[in-house]
Amino acid sequence: MNRQAQGVVLLLLGGALLKATVFSDIYLRYVKESLQPFLIGAGALLVAAGIMAIVNDLRAPSTNDHDHGDDKPHHEPRIGWMLIAPVLGLLLVAPPALGAFAAGQSGSAVLQGSELYAPLPEGDPATISVLDYATRAVFDKGRSMKDAKGGNRKVLISGFLSGGPEGKVLTRMMLSCCAADARPIKVGMSGDAPVGLPDDQWLEVTGVYTTKTAKDPVNGQDIPFIEVIQWKQIAPPRNQYE
Amino acid sequence: MTVTDRPAHRHVHDAPPAPNRWWDRFGSVEVLAVILILLVIFRGPIAAKIAQLPLLQTWTTVFVSVMVQAMPFLVFGVALSAVIAVYVPRSFWAKALPKHPALAVPVASCAGVVLPGCECGSVPIAGSLMRRGVTPAAALAFLLAAPAINPIVLTATAVAFPNNPEMVVGRGVASLVVAMVMGWMWLRLGKLEWIRMPHRPELDDLSKGRAFWASCRHDIIHAGGFLVLGAMAAATINVIVPDAWLQSLADNPVLSVFALAILAVLLSICSEADAFVAASLSQFSLTSRLVFLVVGPMVDLKLISMQTGVFGRRFAFRFAPTTLVVATALAALTGALIFS
Repeated sequence: MNRQAQGVVLLLLGGALLKATVFSDIYLRYVKESLQPFLIGAGALLVAAGIMAIVNDLRAPSTNDHDHGDDKPHHEPRIGWMLIAPVLGLLLVAPPALGAFAAGQSGSAVLQGSELYAPLPEGDPATISVLDYATRAVFDKGRSMKDAKGGNRKVLISGFLSGGPEGKVLTRMMLSCCAADARPIKVGMSGDAPVGLPDDQWLEVTGVYTTKTAKDPVNGQDIPFIEVIQWKQIAPPRNQYE
Repeated sequence: MTVTDRPAHRHVHDAPPAPNRWWDRFGSVEVLAVILILLVIFRGPIAAKIAQLPLLQTWTTVFVSVMVQAMPFLVFGVALSAVIAVYVPRSFWAKALPKHPALAVPVASCAGVVLPGCECGSVPIAGSLMRRGVTPAAALAFLLAAPAINPIVLTATAVAFPNNPEMVVGRGVASLVVAMVMGWMWLRLGKLEWIRMPHRPELDDLSKGRAFWASCRHDIIHAGGFLVLGAMAAATINVIVPDAWLQSLADNPVLSVFALAILAVLLSICSEADAFVAASLSQFSLTSRLVFLVVGPMVDLKLISMQTGVFGRRFAFRFAPTTLVVATALAALTGALIFS
């Protein structure tokens, strides 16, 4: 791979990063939102490096006047061709966020309990994250999800369907850095649970806390349940991870 | 690459000039253009094929996300290493580090604290340091320590293990000790000829600006290309090894240490995220999870791949296994001391 081709690859790689961060939300399928400014910086630097590589090579072809490979003293790295792979992955394929297949393979995330749980947000039902529901259900036994009279308040959570120990579970993947470290948070559904829907279908579920739990067959973590009152199919949200 | 190619060059140089074959006129820019055109044309069928296979789709997602995640660290690490290679004079390192190599090792290890990055950035930086006359032992100690003991990684570890603050201490201390031990071992046993740093004519460029951009280009293409290989391997392991297999190893205290050491090498997770993965391996002992956290930032598939690219194969194939053994042993010892 000669210098001009290397410049083109850098330009493509930087362009792909910028396209995935500035001009679309594709990056949210792979990494945390907080990485965006660094991705933009890296993309800009790659574009600059690509342009400088091409410009400098055109201006001063120096040691290798042409890329006719064999007769130049400094062999340019063939490994550079590998960098086309991420360009393709980002520009052409742009694979979707992790879904039911990945969730079925990894054990439920280990949740962290705390001493005190803030009251649920306003609204009926109260919209909370799957992680929030699972934490309140497992560690707080639903105490912070009760209303003034001691009844269970209605909550609304959204996630996608994946395989679970007893029927399908509502799942959300949790990222700490990138999709390679994603771990699922699973919530089982009892009551008026949806039936006959395929894996990866996104749902909005309204329900109340139930004491029922099950064990994740993969790593033995507790999977809390929600008593479903109603559910509806939704389009995947902008950021599919929690 | 360059190392292995060198004899071939000489051979080619001695040979009479090759006749102008038609593919000689067909340079890499043209090849690149043809590949890209073909891919744009067949984009639909390729994407559809991938979408049909959940395993392949998950693999693609994991591969792309490892690359996207690593890009800022790689690019800024490369830029920093270009600054070191081009703008920081050799005399600076002579003043900044103790004269005696055995003392330079701990100083360089502790210098890792100030570089908040993950491992992808530290490989080219260590390469630049060696090029600028820093003793290899100190550069290698820096290479090992920087990704493991910087503030971001230690904070992430504290967040992931809220009930075990000793995990943070254990990780910091064990990583630092491993880095220093490896540095000193290099002083005793290392041979300079194992490291084959390719000649870099572009760094001798009189224009510093040109040299800076040439160094950036070279390092991103080189280290980045090997990073792609490593990311592919890591995605493969991530997708084909279900967690359920691991759980069966968790009960045996000795086996679990080896299992998580190997897993850390294979998974190649960024050092800023590995604590959360370690936390989710909840059926494993704390000691084995400490081993996972110490080994991961020092030896993993993408690091081995990048070290091969930057320092040469002869170096990487000695350095990585030794580090693995030293890191596993010292981390297990640390774990046994603090978790007993």
